[in-house]
Amino acid sequence: MYGKGLRALSIATVLAMATALALDFFYAPLEAEQGFLQKIFYVHVPLAIIALCGFVLGGLLAIQHLRTRDPRWDMRSYVVIHTSLIFAVGTLISGSIWAKGSWGHWWVWSEPTLVSFLIVFLLYATYQPLRFAIEDPERQARYASVFAITAGAFVPMNFIAVRMSTAYLHPRVLGSTSNLPAPMALTFLVSLLALSLLFATLCKYELTAKHTRAQARALRRKLAGEGASAPARTRTSVPAGALAGGAPQHAAPTRAAGAPAGAARAAAPSAGAAGRPAL
Amino acid sequence: MSRTVGALLRKELLVELRTLESVPGMSLFALSTFVVFHFALNRSSVEGDEAAGILWVTLLFAAMLGVNRLFVADAEEGGFDGFLLAPVDRSALFVAKALALLAYLLVLELVAVPAFALLLLGPPLWPALPGLAATLALGDVGVAAIGTLVAALAVRTRARDLLGPLLALPLFVPIVIGGARAVEPLLGAHAGGVAGPPIRWLATLAVYDLIFGLIAYAVFDFLLED
Repeated sequence: MYGKGLRALSIATVLAMATALALDFFYAPLEAEQGFLQKIFYVHVPLAIIALCGFVLGGLLAIQHLRTRDPRWDMRSYVVIHTSLIFAVGTLISGSIWAKGSWGHWWVWSEPTLVSFLIVFLLYATYQPLRFAIEDPERQARYASVFAITAGAFVPMNFIAVRMSTAYLHPRVLGSTSNLPAPMALTFLVSLLALSLLFATLCKYELTAKHTRAQARALRRKLAGEGASAPARTRTSVPAGALAGGAPQHAAPTRAAGAPAGAARAAAPSAGAAGRPAL
Repeated sequence: MSRTVGALLRKELLVELRTLESVPGMSLFALSTFVVFHFALNRSSVEGDEAAGILWVTLLFAAMLGVNRLFVADAEEGGFDGFLLAPVDRSALFVAKALALLAYLLVLELVAVPAFALLLLGPPLWPALPGLAATLALGDVGVAAIGTLVAALAVRTRARDLLGPLLALPLFVPIVIGGARAVEPLLGAHAGGVAGPPIRWLATLAVYDLIFGLIAYAVFDFLLED
């Protein structure tokens, strides 16, 4: 299910990225003051917007997880936050390059957007350590969601507080797309679209990979279960893999419970209908 | 709800009074930090923004000690299980713990602020005291709310002593911004003419308290399900 449309999405992303880069380099005019340096704006600003929206989206997905208790929402929240974190690293690096170019310093404390972004990044950098310090998959999902909601609300609050504390310095390009010359605005919007597509593709790839891995694990467990003696399976409710397999198999049932359990369950009957899965 | 909170709070304060696990440690830590700042900065007196920064950093780090200890007894001695067995609203635990942490912070400040005035602060403390007390009280509410949530998040993880501060410090940044900026004019060398802490920073602290108090209150229940 997760893999559906992945190829179309990937092709669209590649095309959009190529168009955006072509527009960036050959179509958008040089900015009068900053010259060529300003072109990093077409990468930096979309990256920042997408990363912040991704963080907030991760919080919304986490709310959905706590409401429905469906582990798939937690999985989506995790993947969105994870990808946003990567985009945030890109934002910090491209922002630093821009700062070095236009102000002469790699890091500028008087720059509220940069500073708040760093704080948000530091906060989200603890998401994975928190998550993987909890063994029980169900509790892991729940705690991660609680964190994602709190942090998602923190993003706008932090931006307001940091902005209040310092003077304006950032080039105000964000709210002023209408003030940009038309070619620049067009390039910016295409870049935003391309990078959004990239974000969606990366998320979809990761979700598909996780889903496939869970499915393969379920099938392998089923295979191991068929190898085990029949009375053992009927006598106990312990997953058959735990009985048949050794130590590595033992870890599988507990971890698979954290993966989309509904999907794994759905996969089992279809594999049975197809006879012995070719693994 | 209020009866449950009252009972839990009483138990919390009673345990603290009998074991003296958190508050003395926090206060002592604050004093040591002032000494460390004296040598690290090589200053015998500070004022203005430096004074505000040192005071807030010290109080926050001391608060982190209390945050780290807040749920340890519950996790290790079965306090969570006992609480979950009782047919009461789970949010009561959050409110009681946050109030207990708030009480610890107030006691900590009763020790740390006079010590700060004695050891490091250049200008006199008295004229600044009302504004300082108001700012610290507003900051404490936020620290207590977020601290309680973070403590509950971190306590049942493998690396809880590490994760607590890692999670809490970025979340405390708006409190530091608001608190330090509000206190800064009060602790300046010519603070006599200053009427009080700037209203907009107090407002920032109040908004932070409100938003994160409500969020922490809303999501806390989900941490207590097993």
